Amino acid sequence: MTSPSPAADGGSIAPVGVSDPPQAPASATRVRSRHPLLRYIAVRAVVSALLVLGVTLVTFVLTALVPADPAAAALGERSASDPAAVAAYRAEWGLDQPLPTQYGMYLSRLAHGDLGRSTQTRNPVATDLQAAFPATAELALAALTVSIVLGVGLGLLAAMRHRSWLDQTIRVLSLVGISTPTFWLALLLFFVFFYQLGWAPGSGRLDPTFIPPPRVTGFYTIDALLAGDLEVFRNAVGHLVLPGAVLTLYTVGLLTRFSRTAVLDVLGDDYVTAARAKGLPGRTVTLRYVLRGALLPILTVVGLTFGSLLSGAVLTETIFAWNGLGQYAYHAATTLDLQAIMGVGLVVGVTYIAINFVVDLLYGVIDPRVRAR
Amino acid sequence: MSTATRPGDGAESLAGDGTAFPPARRRLIRWPALWRQPLTAIGIVVIAAWLLVALLGPWIAPFDPLAQSPDRLAAPGGAHPLGTDTLGRDVLSRIIAGARVTLPLSILLVIASMVLGSTLGAIAGYFGKVVDEVIMRITDLVFAFPTIILAMVITAALGPGLQNAVLAMLLVSWPQYARVTRSMVLGARNDEYVVASRLLGTGPWRSLTRDILPNISAPILVLAMLDFGSAILLLSGLSFLGLGTVPPTPEWGAMVSEGVQQFSSWWIAVYSGLAIFSVVVAFNLIGDSLRDALDPRTQKAVGGRAL
Repeated sequence: MTSPSPAADGGSIAPVGVSDPPQAPASATRVRSRHPLLRYIAVRAVVSALLVLGVTLVTFVLTALVPADPAAAALGERSASDPAAVAAYRAEWGLDQPLPTQYGMYLSRLAHGDLGRSTQTRNPVATDLQAAFPATAELALAALTVSIVLGVGLGLLAAMRHRSWLDQTIRVLSLVGISTPTFWLALLLFFVFFYQLGWAPGSGRLDPTFIPPPRVTGFYTIDALLAGDLEVFRNAVGHLVLPGAVLTLYTVGLLTRFSRTAVLDVLGDDYVTAARAKGLPGRTVTLRYVLRGALLPILTVVGLTFGSLLSGAVLTETIFAWNGLGQYAYHAATTLDLQAIMGVGLVVGVTYIAINFVVDLLYGVIDPRVRAR
Repeated sequence: MSTATRPGDGAESLAGDGTAFPPARRRLIRWPALWRQPLTAIGIVVIAAWLLVALLGPWIAPFDPLAQSPDRLAAPGGAHPLGTDTLGRDVLSRIIAGARVTLPLSILLVIASMVLGSTLGAIAGYFGKVVDEVIMRITDLVFAFPTIILAMVITAALGPGLQNAVLAMLLVSWPQYARVTRSMVLGARNDEYVVASRLLGTGPWRSLTRDILPNISAPILVLAMLDFGSAILLLSGLSFLGLGTVPPTPEWGAMVSEGVQQFSSWWIAVYSGLAIFSVVVAFNLIGDSLRDALDPRTQKAVGGRAL
């Protein structure tokens, strides 16, 4: 599986996010704002908004590309043979309009929360997505938290013991992590720990005997805690473990590799040598100097990691019958439920952009150099 | 004066013998060093073995990969070393046949996206202005989606099938090459040897293909090497989702998906997944050591690329 390469633009691991490195526009030379951070946030917000618009353009163009005639698909065979019915349908949905007008109509429908209707569930896609999103978000966030701790830790460890056997071991393990097909690992773990050993709970987000907690956030774990139901909480956490572990393996590999590179980059810097030379204890140098300097590139990768978590979810959820975006996308893809797939693409794309916007903001907050440019 | 396929040619003349001005023979990649690492050697051996399997497929497979037999869901052992699937087809033969699908496709895909991406990236970086803006904004758009989601959306829109899946994968994978190439062309564009050549009257295309491209080809090749693993995972992922190959084509990802339905017959999914895993690990091992073998100046360009 892949994620976009953050290091692709310009030499070192630059603050790429999903877009180019944050850059001040040309006007920066003319007007020097007195609030560089605010201006930086504004620039990033505009860039992200444009990207969101671009994402809608992509889904629109792809929908328009579909070889099948949407009128025929929606009307069924009998009405589709009636030219009047087809014309009426095309007029209703604006299919007789030029493409730019259609795009405008599409945007206006999106703005009203209308993502079309799923041919498979017969529900509005927006409703389906609302139900599915928290399930995936819960899984992805749980995996992300574990991945950050493990990945950054292992990467730091490997870099500090550069070229030792520990470094080699961690390197090979992380390589194995990024090389394992997610869907295959999911199947293996499920087979071994549920089917053979019976240690893990079965598929789904809760045992069938449990009733989901009253919906507040849509996260079963948090909702269960809010409802004060520890039994449900424990069960929900138990169900998170296996799919979470599957997703974690890939992202830990990814984060470890990046953290290692980032830390190695910093280790040779003069300020680290200076900190050592003035006699600071090793732990202080590692945590306060090295890790802090390496934090920025690591942060970028954390944002990108989220993308691979969402990708991984698509391939994992079906096996665990985890009714999130991934399973929804899988069913939509296998039944060619186009509106539903586009809905998933749109939601995932926008989420991804939002995450990277936050990463960019953190960047600006952490590193004054970014906003001063 | 030169065709769009030129950058590909340039990328091949790694040793630098095709340049307009004979450069000092600085080695971009030290090949023998690769052999000193046992892991790299393992990677090379594994890939060589798989290529051999793909090449000799029809002769070494014990059965016809599509032939059904009454011996359904047979456990590994006996006549079927890796068992049979729901239709009584030999799993080993199907995995061997799968190598003939996955390996050529991923090689084709990586080469195609490398040529397309680095061509566009070189054009963007060298000529700048509007061309640069347009090409780079398109890459931004592609990067705004997680890869497999975009590939899934594109494949679904074009209609499932191997051809469309490969097209979708090409569409999502060229931008990374474009970005790397562009940044490196930007860096090399104003180097003295390029400027000197331009002042001697070399045209822009010749300057780009003969002076710049040979000097930036090593990182692009390493990127391609690291991309093989991603390409195979993406292809098998799409097939797993039912968007890649159409049954009965033996494809590894699709075979794992068959295994999901036949849970107790673990051998269907386990061995086909193992095939994917071994190829991807091997490619990544090679790509990793290639990156380390690059000289440090260019090493940074591929840096800690996410796979």
